[in-house]
Formats: sequence, structure tokens, C-alpha cells
Amino acid sequence: MKCQYCEKPATFHITELTEPSGPQVMHLCEEHARGFLQKDTSSPAVSIAGALAKQLNLGQTKKELAELDQKECPVCGISFFEFRNTGRLGCPYDYTHFESDLTPLLSNIHDSLEHRGKRPRRAAASADSQAIMIQLRREMEEAIDREDYERASEIRDELRRIEESGTGESAK
Amino acid sequence: MKRNTDFSELANSSGEWLRGTGPESDIVISSRIRLARNLADFPFIRRCSDEDRISIERTVRARMESIEGWEDIRYVDIEQLSEIDRQFLVERQLISREIADADGSRAVAIDPHEQYSVMINEEDHLRIQVMHSGLDLKSAWDRINSLDDKLEGTILYAYHPKYGYLTACPTNVGTGLRVSVMLHLPALVITQQIEKVFRSMQRINVTVRGLYGEGSQYTGDFYQVSNQITLGHSEEDLVALVGENVVPRIIEYERKARDFLVRQGEKDLHDDVSRALGILSTAKKISSEETMHYLSKVRMGVNLGLINDVAVGTINKLFIHTQPAHLQKLHGRLLGSSDRNVQRATYLQRHLSGAPGTGDLN
Repeated sequence: MKCQYCEKPATFHITELTEPSGPQVMHLCEEHARGFLQKDTSSPAVSIAGALAKQLNLGQTKKELAELDQKECPVCGISFFEFRNTGRLGCPYDYTHFESDLTPLLSNIHDSLEHRGKRPRRAAASADSQAIMIQLRREMEEAIDREDYERASEIRDELRRIEESGTGESAK
Repeated sequence: MKRNTDFSELANSSGEWLRGTGPESDIVISSRIRLARNLADFPFIRRCSDEDRISIERTVRARMESIEGWEDIRYVDIEQLSEIDRQFLVERQLISREIADADGSRAVAIDPHEQYSVMINEEDHLRIQVMHSGLDLKSAWDRINSLDDKLEGTILYAYHPKYGYLTACPTNVGTGLRVSVMLHLPALVITQQIEKVFRSMQRINVTVRGLYGEGSQYTGDFYQVSNQITLGHSEEDLVALVGENVVPRIIEYERKARDFLVRQGEKDLHDDVSRALGILSTAKKISSEETMHYLSKVRMGVNLGLINDVAVGTINKLFIHTQPAHLQKLHGRLLGSSDRNVQRATYLQRHLSGAPGTGDLN
């Protein structure tokens, strides 16, 4: 059998199981197989784009996608559109705000939705208090910019209090 | 911690991970583990203002300074470095290409033996990495786990009870752990079996990359094998997947391919690796690519006992020390490409020709 792309004998017979149109069998020579397999070991942004594309093929309509793209995180302001294009999230709260949109993606990438590894010994602040901390820090920077040092120092104390409330107990 | 951006001493030495010792070091160059971590009270890097980046750098630096036993750690402000020094640290694998080319406040803390480093303001706020010589993932994991504990003692990480450590890219979420083993696989390349090995690995959540990370050309027959997923498995399981399940199989294939090459024509192979050594030790100018190509052959020759008077550690070091920024640091000035080719040849000659034993760099 010849390679699908050239005259050389096909020495690789690859079955691609994740094509939207169903399983697809490829017959390739060594060189074309290399190109094909290397394409698969892609960068995170590309694999996220791929995973998202698959997800969209599985049922989301154009209208739903357009709405999703508009959705913005109240803490960092990133839109789902921006995330989709860059493959990078804007802040820890995105995992909470976009949770229902991200879970199919996470399950696609990792084949799991639950962390089973190490847990910090200090309790990380809850998703909400992490969001509050990011917002407070931004307010503090703004206060410093307008030279309102009294307000800035109040915010600093508030931040310290939240951070310390997260110490000492287990995260479990 | 000491602030130090003078790399002239480093240019003459090399990190312990290059010494060519440790289990399976004829095939495994190094075992590397990295953890991605973020501070709970800042946005991820892409949404950080310049002030945020400065605050993150200051906060982390101040907290690292309070860690006991970190007195000898070198702290480097990457923003202040010249392009050549940034390139130097990339060649040495102490920082990533991404952080070298980024803008704004960013830094790296490096231990004196170059076995671990912590990058600040990379794609995530913190990227901790540990690098050991040979196949030595278990002790690399123990070390990075304890480093992470020390940092966690002073820094509040972004963490979610269900999704684990939160990272800028969802491909790292959960453990934030990437295990990477660097392998030298010349016999699998010569016998054209490398693609089959790639293919078998695609099915078990492992990826393969060239020596210098993402998107680079594969040079010198070096391949990096890493775990693809980070969520849903414990760190120990991910370490075992790469270190016990995948890498030993590849090592076995490479050994079989080397045996095959020896059986098929030892004279031809002996001739080939000896010619490679001949070119490296007598050429008057040589490109980086050609150097990698021939060093790879010589390395295999040394490991098969066909070349006796050169140490594997020397070859490992030459791969790094003949790269552009290293040559220029050693030479003490900027060199154009053709000057570098001359300097590279001189350098190789000095370390590879002459009486047995003189090839050792240190």
C-alpha cells in the first residue's frame, strides 16, 4: 500500500479516533507519519483551540458560542473570546466564573475533573476570598496612584487579615 | 539570597545535571520536574499590570529571603540582563525561552549547583524546577516537593479544592506538574524506528519534544518525554508514569537498536563514530548544527566502548558550551556567526584532542 500523500510505501496505519466525522484510518510513509504525529504534539494554545473546536462541534450553536464569547470575568475582565484565542486565563476566579464552560475542556484535556494530588498545608483562601483579594489589591494600587495613602493602608490591613485567615488550617 | 549577574564563572563550569552520572546515564541525560504555582491575590500574568508584576517580584523575593538555607541562592533580575546573558541562561536550561523574551519585571533564583531554579513571572507567577543527572525522578520529586513546601510556608497559592493548583493555562491545572526526561536516542534514529516509538507513546498521554522545548527542530538526536495531563492523578503517579512506565521501555528499545547496529557492522559503526571525533577535534570552523550532529555520534561511540579516551560528562558539557551565548561569554565579547564557528572549532579541539583524560572540562 502506498502512502496517502506520496509514492512511498505506507508503513504507518494510524486510526484517528477523535475526528468529528468518526474514526479515520490514515496510511502514511515514515516521513508523512512524522509530520502527522508532530502536528499532534502541539502547543497548549493550539490544543485548547482543538479541544474547544471539538466541544463546539458536539452541540453548541453559533448563537450560543457568540454569547459565550461575550462572557467576561468580573474580577480580571477577561472575555471567553480572549481565552479561546490565547489559551490563557486571566485570574484564579476564572475557574469559578467560567466553570461550566471550562469543565468539558478540562475533561477533554485531562480525562478527569478532580485534583488527586498534593494539597497546600495552609488553607488557600476560598475562590470568593481570592477574588476579593485581587479586587482589593487593585483598589489599593488605585489609592496609591491618587496618593490616598490612608485608604491604601486600610486596604493593606484588610488584605493581610484575609490572607492570615487562610493560615493554620488544612485545605481538605 | 545573593543578587549576582556575573556569569563569567558559570561560563567555565557546568551544572551538576550535565555530569553524565546517575542511573541509565548512557541514554538519559537529565530528569527534570517543574511545578507551576500562582499567588492567590494577583491576576494571572496576562492580566497583570506592570505594577502587579513588580509587586509579585518583590513579594516573592522578600519571602524567599526569609527561607532558611537559601543564603547561597543566586538571585537574578532578568529584566536587567543583556540579551546575551538571557540567552546564556536559556542555553543552560535555567530559564525558559518564554521568560527570556518577555517584558517587564521578572527574575530567577538559582541554586549554586544548578539543580534547581525558581522563575518569577513566567507564564505562571512561579515556575519551580529541579534537574538531576540521569534517570533520577524520585529524588527530583522529593526535592521539588520540599522546595514547594518551603515556598508555600510563606506564600498563599491560588488553589481550588476541586481543581487543585490553579494555573494560567488549563493544561497545567491540578498538580501543575510537568515531568520531563531528556533522552539521547541516536540508534533509534539511525535504524528509523523513532517514529514507531513516538506513536506508541501518543496513546499513553506522553508528549515528545526536541532539546529546546516547544516548536524547535530536533537536533543531536535528543528527545524530551513529558506527561501530557496534570489533573486527576497524584504527583507520584505522574512521576511513575514517565519514570517507570514509559522511559524504561524507550531505553530498552534504544539498547536493542544499539546492539543491532553493533552486530550488523561494528567496523562501520566504529569508523563512523571515530570520523565524527576526528572532525570535531581537527576542524578549523564548525557550525552549531554540525557540532550537535557529530557530538551525538561521539556520545554513542563513548557509550558503546568504541571511543575510550573521552568522558560522557565532557560530551554532555560540550553540547551546552559550544552554543552561541556560551562561546561569547567564554570569549568575553560578542561574536558574529562566522567568528563563532572558528571559536567553536578551537574550543572543541582544546577539549577533545590530545592525550586521554585531557578532554575533561573541569
